[in-house]
Amino acid sequence: MTDYSSNPTLRESATYGRDVIHEIQRAAETGIYDIRGWGAKRKVPHFDDLLFLGASMSRYPLEGYREKCDTRVTLGTRHAKKPLVIETPVTIAGMSFGALSAQAKEALGRGASEVGTSTTTGDGGMTAEERGESTKLVYQYLPSRYGMNPDDLRKADAIEVVLGQGAKPGGGGMLLGQKISDRVAQMRTLPKGIDQRSACRHPDWTGPDDLAIKIAELREITDWQVPIYIKVGATRTYYDVKLAVKAGADVVVLDGMQGGTAATQEVFIEHVGIPTMAAIPQAAQALQEMGVHREVQLIVSGGIRNGADVAKAIALGADAVAIGTAALIALGDNHPRYDEEYRQLGSAAGFYDDFQEGKCPAGISTQDPELSQRLDPVAAGKRLANYLRVLTLEAQTLARACGKSHLHHLEPEDLVALNVEAAAMARVPLAGTDWVPGQRF
Amino acid sequence: MMMKTVDLAEQSLRALNQSLHDGEMLSDIREWRVTNTDGAHNIACGLNDDISVDIDGHAGYYCAGMNQRASVTVHGNVGVGVAENMMSGTVRVTGDASQSAGATAHGGLLVIEGNAAARCGISMKGVDIVVKGNTGPMSAFMGQAGRLVVCGDAGDALGDSIYEARLYVKGRVGTLGADCIEKPMRAEHQEELAALLEQAGIDEDPADFRRYGSARELYHFKVDNASAY
Ligand SMILES: Cc1cc2nc3c(=O)[nH]c(=O)nc-3n(C[C@H](O)[C@H](O)[C@H](O)COP(=O)(O)O)c2cc1C
Repeated sequence: MTDYSSNPTLRESATYGRDVIHEIQRAAETGIYDIRGWGAKRKVPHFDDLLFLGASMSRYPLEGYREKCDTRVTLGTRHAKKPLVIETPVTIAGMSFGALSAQAKEALGRGASEVGTSTTTGDGGMTAEERGESTKLVYQYLPSRYGMNPDDLRKADAIEVVLGQGAKPGGGGMLLGQKISDRVAQMRTLPKGIDQRSACRHPDWTGPDDLAIKIAELREITDWQVPIYIKVGATRTYYDVKLAVKAGADVVVLDGMQGGTAATQEVFIEHVGIPTMAAIPQAAQALQEMGVHREVQLIVSGGIRNGADVAKAIALGADAVAIGTAALIALGDNHPRYDEEYRQLGSAAGFYDDFQEGKCPAGISTQDPELSQRLDPVAAGKRLANYLRVLTLEAQTLARACGKSHLHHLEPEDLVALNVEAAAMARVPLAGTDWVPGQRF
Repeated sequence: MMMKTVDLAEQSLRALNQSLHDGEMLSDIREWRVTNTDGAHNIACGLNDDISVDIDGHAGYYCAGMNQRASVTVHGNVGVGVAENMMSGTVRVTGDASQSAGATAHGGLLVIEGNAAARCGISMKGVDIVVKGNTGPMSAFMGQAGRLVVCGDAGDALGDSIYEARLYVKGRVGTLGADCIEKPMRAEHQEELAALLEQAGIDEDPADFRRYGSARELYHFKVDNASAY
């Protein structure tokens, strides 16, 4: 590619940048919107804009290598007879078999199980591989109800009613024909090779009052054994969380706009929803006002990449986090090893987001038997377990520095913001000041 | 074979459903009767046993939801989502059914002797539904598999965005939804319909019905389809 940046006579438009021009040309040629995977790629205020205030004189730190900083979290203490205990507050988010290969699903289960955390099914049902390899498996209950059956429901360790996703709040799913293999088609009761649409609304309930009855039904069917989560994309989070609690959720899963997806319209990914960091304080406020903070647990996802993100999400009020994109990268997605093949697909290692095409060279976002074979579920699961351990160790490091003997003891008071936007969204002071923009005294 | 009656004025719904689920321990009871339902929600949901349950009176939402194997009869009307996601067995409603009857159901037979409201058979995935009366709008929306028989009239947007479900209607169809078309009624369809009507215990002549199904034009995202959505 030619590097134009060193030629001072060429001035790129800030409004009509090369990417914008390219998109106009693409739209003009094809007449259809762009569909892709991954999450929002634009820059939005995020956890990088927050810093921890480590202990010194006014606070007392914990000894890094000796004093315990607990990471165990119990989810679903409100109603379930068997709440879900996870050893680290980093869970694997719901990603469908169909979007991902059976090998990838198995690897996610293996990695999560090795560190004692949960993994989650997705649109399209539960596979035997993932149930087999996941000691703690959350079963998603989605609008499409593809592959939904009561036997699997009863096998689940928790049930997640999906109302929306951060990448596309208000939108349904899609899985393009390339990925509707015989097995996927059979699990979803669809003809092979069609472009599948998933509904955005549940077929048998509409508002929160109906949802309360639906949740009661799920509890009745599973004899009140397992926790029931409600997953929402971050938009009007304060109200959504209140309604979720009212509808009877044991756990609220909140997915910010940076959250990944398997296939969504680009315009949807980039322009709908609010950043993860902005959503957490709204959720925490709603839970606190209802007197159920940490009784109804909050799981946050959307752009969680390292232990600092984990610790910051928890400090703002989350009980645990979920990861999607980062888990896929840990398995091997976008690895430089496959750069040549990514280039043949018109992308490059580090940029690949065409999960919908089913041609993933790493064998992750594909149903192609040959490509899928490339992913060794045992080795990939090991990499994921390693990565999850690093996230946990990093979060513990930060928590100890703030003098906390459990990750849950982190609080907004431990944080400051680097810029005004982050201060306003996270509701913590701008660093070096006591100013929280928008806070009324 | 023993029969047991559960009075919902005396016993909680939870206790009822638990005993219906614990069937194996109480295996000598194969017939159940539920009284004083008072329109309660979630009656007899999640059954997975070859038992029969007679519900005397109206039931609320999700009656017999996710049914497997059991044969459930409601002597009255039902609320939203009767037999939703049923896998097998039979559910019969002697009165009317509210919205989303048989939603997403994968198998079994749902018979509604009265009328069914909107979205009957929405996202159906293999169930057979026979409605003696009329169905409301958007019935069989995104229907993937299975058969919906309407002996009365079908409301607007029948079979919108339908996949492979087959629809038989005797009366008038308000309008057909996107990608749903009338299809010829061949001998094999007459036969399957006759068998379905017989199974449902409904006396109608298959020759009086018309068949509807997918034109399969929306199976691939194409710019030419944009106006259909
Ligand atoms: C390949 C892929 C498939 C996904 N499939 C589903 C799904 O079936 N159901 C769902 O609720 N969310 C799905 N998601 C969203 C994730 O559950 C999660 O909300 C998101 O990935 C979190 O953001 P992160 O990717 O930045 O970690 C999917 C995400 C990816 C990347």
